[in-house]
Amino acid sequence: MFRRSRTRPLIALVALVAAVAACGTSGPSGGGDGGPFKVWALQDPVLNPIEKTSVEGGGGALETFGNDPYKQKVRVAIGSPNAPDVFFNWGGGNLKEYVDAGKIEDLTPVLDANSALKDAFLPSVLDGAKIDGKYYGLPMRGMQPVVLFYNKDLFTSANVQPPSTWDDLLTLVDTFKGKGIQPIALAGSQAWTELMWIEYLLDRVGGSEVFQNIRDKGPAGWKDPAVLEAATKVKELVDRGGFGTNYASVGYDVGGASTILAQGKAAMHLMGSWEYTNQLGQSPDFVKNDKLGWVTFPSVTGGKGKPDTVVGNASNYYSITSSSKSLEAAKKFVSTALTDDKYVQSLIDAGDVPAVAGVKDKLAKAANSEYTTWIYEQVEKASTFQLSWDQDLPADQATKMLTQLQELFLGKLAPQAFVDSLAQG
Amino acid sequence: MRQRPSFWYAAPAFAFFALFAALPMVLVVLLSFTSWDGLGTPQPNGVDNWARLADDGQAYDAVGRTVILMVVSWLVQTPISLLIGVWAAGRQRSRAVLSSIFFLPLLLSTAAIALLWKAMFDPNFGVTQSFGGPLGDIQFLGDPSIVLYTVAFVITWQYVPFHTLLYQGAARAIPRNLYEAATIDGAGRLRQFVHITLPQLRYTIITSSILMIVGSLTTFDTVLILTDGGGPGTASRIAPLHMYITGFSGFEMGYASTMAVLLVIVGTALSLLVMRVTGYRSMTSQQEGA
Repeated sequence: MFRRSRTRPLIALVALVAAVAACGTSGPSGGGDGGPFKVWALQDPVLNPIEKTSVEGGGGALETFGNDPYKQKVRVAIGSPNAPDVFFNWGGGNLKEYVDAGKIEDLTPVLDANSALKDAFLPSVLDGAKIDGKYYGLPMRGMQPVVLFYNKDLFTSANVQPPSTWDDLLTLVDTFKGKGIQPIALAGSQAWTELMWIEYLLDRVGGSEVFQNIRDKGPAGWKDPAVLEAATKVKELVDRGGFGTNYASVGYDVGGASTILAQGKAAMHLMGSWEYTNQLGQSPDFVKNDKLGWVTFPSVTGGKGKPDTVVGNASNYYSITSSSKSLEAAKKFVSTALTDDKYVQSLIDAGDVPAVAGVKDKLAKAANSEYTTWIYEQVEKASTFQLSWDQDLPADQATKMLTQLQELFLGKLAPQAFVDSLAQG
Repeated sequence: MRQRPSFWYAAPAFAFFALFAALPMVLVVLLSFTSWDGLGTPQPNGVDNWARLADDGQAYDAVGRTVILMVVSWLVQTPISLLIGVWAAGRQRSRAVLSSIFFLPLLLSTAAIALLWKAMFDPNFGVTQSFGGPLGDIQFLGDPSIVLYTVAFVITWQYVPFHTLLYQGAARAIPRNLYEAATIDGAGRLRQFVHITLPQLRYTIITSSILMIVGSLTTFDTVLILTDGGGPGTASRIAPLHMYITGFSGFEMGYASTMAVLLVIVGTALSLLVMRVTGYRSMTSQQEGA
C-alpha cells in the first residue's frame, strides 16, 4: 500500500529479518557463464511479479530486498564477486557514487547503436541516470513526480480555487485557518516529506541550476541566495500555521497525513504521485467520488525558475555492473525488456506511469486514466525533472541535509543557520 | 578422583564467541581507524575519526540524550518494579491473576510495542485525542522537549514486568521468620519494608539496575520505530541511533565504527563502575539470606 515511500524503518526492519532469513535459502547460482544473470530490485508486492516475468523471460533471475537492507546490500556487494549483474537504483547522485568508483557499465554505446531504444524513453527521465554526459541506467518503473493534492469539497465550500502562485497558497492558508481547517497536511515526522517543499521552492525561486550546482560542485553551492530565500519561505509557511501545529508527529507510513486530507481535516497535501494509489487503497470513496484534486506546484512570482519543472523520483533504473560475467546477456536484457509491450502494459495495469514514449494511448484506455495521463503530460512537458535531493546527493551529505531540514521545520534552526550549516559540508 | 569435563566441551561455545563476538569486535576497532563508505576497500586514516568524534557536537548531544534516558528510566522503573514485585510476592489468588496481567507487555515484541504506542500518541487519531481536554494538546512524540520522556515511558511500560519478576522472585526468597520476629517486636508494615525487605533485596536492586543501565545504552529499536528514527529533528536521537544513521544512512562506516567502540567502552565502564560502587561481593552467590 505504501509501496513507494522511501524512508520506512519499520518495513525495513521486517525486511531485514526477511532478507537475513532468505540468505540461507534461495539465490541463483551467480552470474557465471551460462547461468542466469542476477538481477536485484527493491521489494514491491505489486511490481515484483511483473519484473520477475520480465527478468526470467530475458534469461535472468530476480532477487528482491526491502528498502534499507537493499541499499546496504548493494553498497557492499558492488565490486565484490557477489555483485549482481543488473541492479535497481534511483539514478542521480545515488548512482554516481558507484559510477565514480568505476563499477558501472556505460550504456551510451548501447543507446547510440539503437536510436529507437533511446527515443523510446522520455528524455527528462532518461537523464536521471545520465552522469557526466553518459548513460548508466535505463528507466524500469513508473514515474513519481511530486504533486500538490487537494480536497475538492473543502475548496468548493470555501469558494476558492487551487493555488497557482505562492501568494495564492499563502492566502489559502489564511482562509482555511480561519475556518478551523488545517491548510496543509504534512507527515513531518519523516524528513523526506518536508524535503518536497524546499525542493520545489528552490526550483521555482532559483531555477534548477542551483541544486545541480550543489550536487556537482559541493556544499558551497548551498550559499546561493536562492537557498536562503527558499528556506525563508518554508519558515514563513510553517510560522503562518500552514501545516497546523502537530505535523512533527504525523507519519506518512501510518497514513496520518493522507487520512486527514481524505477526511477533510486538511485541505492540501504535497506528495509523490503514489499518493493517488494510496488514497485509492485507504479511502476509495474519496477518490471514486471525485473529491481528490491535483495541481502542479504553484509558481513563485519573480522567481527565476520555470514553473513547469517537476521534482520527485523520475523513475527507477536498471544499471549493469561492469564486473558482470554476463555483460552481453545483461545488455540485451535491459535494451529489449523495458520497452517490451507486455511489460509496459503490465506496469500500466498496476497503476504505474512508465516513462516510455507512445504510452499515452495505453494510459487512456486503462483505469484511472485521467490521473495517469495528467502525470505523464506533466513529466513530458517538464523542462527538468529534479531527482529527490536525498537520492541525488552523496549519502553522507543527504543524511545531514535531512536532519538540518527537520530542524528548520521545527523552528530550531533559522533559515540562515540552515544554509550556513549545509554550506560547511 | 572425579573426572572433570574436558576443555573440548567448551569448544563450541568458544568457537561461537570468537566468531560472532570477538572477531566482529576486533574488526570494528580496526574499521574505526579507517574511512570506508561501504564501497571498495577501507582506507586507513589514522585517528581522524577519533579526532572528529571529539569535535562532534551531535555525538555529544546524542550521548547526553542517552544519559537522560538512562537516568529517567532507572529512576522511574526501579521504584515501580520494586513495589509491584514485593506486592506480587504475596500468595493470594487475585495477585497471581493481576501479576499475569502486569506481565503481558513483556510478551509483546519491541516493534509491536513501539507501533502500538506510536498509534496511541498519534496527534490526529490517537487515544490521547479521544480523551480530549489538555491531554489532546500535548504533542507526546512531536514536541522536542517531551519526546525523550515519552520514550522513557514506553520503555518503562515494556520492561517494568521483567524487573518486577526479578523482585518478586527475590522477595519470595526472604525468610518469613524475619517478618514474624519483626511483627512480634511491634514493627509496622513500613518499618518492615524499610528494614527487612529493602536490605534483603539489595543484590537484586544491583542486578536490576545494571540490566537497566546497560539496556538503556543499547536501546534502539523502540526509539527507531516510535519516533521515526530519532525525531522530531534530533530530539530523541540517542547514541546507538546516531551511530546507525551515520553508518547505514550516511554510509560513513569508519566513523560509525568509532562510535560503536565508544559505546562498548562506556557500557563496560558503567557496569564496572556499578560493581565497584556496590562491591564485588554482589557477584558471589548468596546461599543464605544475609
